[in-house]
Amino acid sequence: MDQPAGYLHWGFILISYPNLILIGIMVVLFVAALLLPFPGHASGDKGRKS
Amino acid sequence: MSTHVTNESGHSWTAATRRQLERRLPWENLLPDRQPFWVGSWVYVFGVVTIAALVWVILSGTILALFGPQWWHLSSAGRFFNSLHFWSVQVFFVFMVLHLWGQYFMASWREGRAPTWMVGAVTFGVSIVAAFTGYLSQQNFDAQWIAVNAKDAVNSIGVGGFFNVLNFGQMYGLHVMLLPIGITVLVALHIVQVRMKGVVPPIADSNAVTIKGR
Repeated sequence: MDQPAGYLHWGFILISYPNLILIGIMVVLFVAALLLPFPGHASGDKGRKS
Repeated sequence: MSTHVTNESGHSWTAATRRQLERRLPWENLLPDRQPFWVGSWVYVFGVVTIAALVWVILSGTILALFGPQWWHLSSAGRFFNSLHFWSVQVFFVFMVLHLWGQYFMASWREGRAPTWMVGAVTFGVSIVAAFTGYLSQQNFDAQWIAVNAKDAVNSIGVGGFFNVLNFGQMYGLHVMLLPIGITVLVALHIVQVRMKGVVPPIADSNAVTIKGR
């Protein structure tokens, strides 16, 4: 842990692996939030404000 | 017995403010018990997690400020709260950016919500400055390294005369007092703005409403 992080150097892209992994996790979380059903939420207008 | 003078005509600024608040922010909007059906999505949880992380940031930061740098570097409890502060900041930023992505792709500035979007963007900017001053306040070699490098960046944008990043006292004061107050006020304002206008409808639903209204 107590050493500099490794870096991905691909063309003009230079990013540390921890940052790259974190961004990957964020993208996965974002897509999962769009696709996963929300618990206790049935489709339809039941909860719509009148 | 004293006489109580009331201004029923309501020309005073307090009465005007009260009427404005009653009209624009009724209790049912401020503390709603129902939300539109489209709010039933994990995307809307990102903002709530960001606020929860901010609460942990403030609580752990308050404990660090109470005991000081020697405690957070040398004792196990201090190191635990130091880590708690650091990781709650990571959660705060990760979920704030996820919230930003979500709101960007649903164009949540629509239908009079531009001020809400702008306050959110300003909160993001102020949070970055708060995190930066936090890194400078660590009281270790990492903080010194960041400060020595950052001084050139700060000077290059012309604010070096006001912000000396090598001055621990100034950076620590900003980090534990002014910036947290700023973020808390901005987040509170952001929530009130969301309550005032309601959660933005989906783009398709918004178009349907517009077509119906024609």
